[in-house]
Amino acid sequence: MAHINLENDLPGIRGLMAYSPQTAKPLNELAEIMLRDDNNTLTRGERELIGTYVSYLNDCFFCQNVHGSLAGHYLGCDIPEIDAIKKEPSLTNIPDKLKALLAVAAKVQEGGRHVTADVIENAKDAGATDKEIHDTVLIAAAFCMYNRYVDGLATWSPKDRQFYVERAPKRAEEGYIDFDLYNNTIS
Amino acid sequence: MAYIKLNNQLPGITGLLENRPDTGDHIRALTQVLLRGESSLTEMERELIATLVSYRNECRFCTSAHAATVKALGGDDELLDKVFHDADNAPVSDKMKALLNIAAKVQKLGKEVKEEDVERAKKHGATDVEIHDTVLIAALFCLYNRYVDGLGTYRPEDPGYYEKLAQRLVTVGYMRPREGVIPVAETTYR
Repeated sequence: MAHINLENDLPGIRGLMAYSPQTAKPLNELAEIMLRDDNNTLTRGERELIGTYVSYLNDCFFCQNVHGSLAGHYLGCDIPEIDAIKKEPSLTNIPDKLKALLAVAAKVQEGGRHVTADVIENAKDAGATDKEIHDTVLIAAAFCMYNRYVDGLATWSPKDRQFYVERAPKRAEEGYIDFDLYNNTIS
Repeated sequence: MAYIKLNNQLPGITGLLENRPDTGDHIRALTQVLLRGESSLTEMERELIATLVSYRNECRFCTSAHAATVKALGGDDELLDKVFHDADNAPVSDKMKALLNIAAKVQKLGKEVKEEDVERAKKHGATDVEIHDTVLIAALFCLYNRYVDGLGTYRPEDPGYYEKLAQRLVTVGYMRPREGVIPVAETTYR
């Protein structure tokens, strides 16, 4: 049970959105631009993967499964493949630039001051642009917020990981700002 | 100098938000609701939460800016010093001590907030909304602090800079001025 009475039984951040629509609006609008805006050289799948990885490092079950399933949906990966990337990106066959950006994200998760000039240089050497580095840092920082919001208020989350996989195609289609919060069914 | 090229020479978070208003304006809107919107927590109480989290994240720009804002709202160095190092003996209400304790847990990780932390706050009269807002303010500053330091932004040394910034945050708030951000000091920072 959540730490406060949310007056609804929606899981994870959805329960918080219903409880506090005033803050949900900018939170969702931020997610929409960061993760889905088409004016971006990082694919939606790559950006969801950054969010997934940071959520994993923050041990946030709800967020790493919602976004891991979305990343899998976009990138054509199943749960074990996404899990392998979360566990050790450098050992997988993802592009070097993405590996370098995930390394930046991991430092952001530890704390802003952990991001050294070296780790940024590595990303630039692997071909990352300033905008891609910016977006990686902001997505990672934003998931340090979303994860703390979801877990800091002890929201509930479905334990069956298939639940998230089944809903990913619909979540990918509807995005973060134009969806029916209360409709939690598949398709 | 920041790790990436910005479209301006503004320091800290101001430079980042101005560089990318597409994301920045939503971050500003969230901050305005949480720190300046209608609330049973005072603006100073909410700024104290922001300052404590920034201090614990070792973000010097944000700590200086929000400490100056706490002072502009009537706080002093002694209050800040206690909140940073010995919050349970700070000159704030018992409810506020319990909320600062929750904020400090959020700074570590969401899961660090335990039932007893929340019970303590409720026992001292904290409402569900106050607990919600405390958690989200603390979480938001975990974003801000990482954004500011993760991109290696410029941090002015002059305390006068933060005093002027604080005046703006107290009188104008967090939304982007329609004409764009004007530097709070005439000096061009690099």
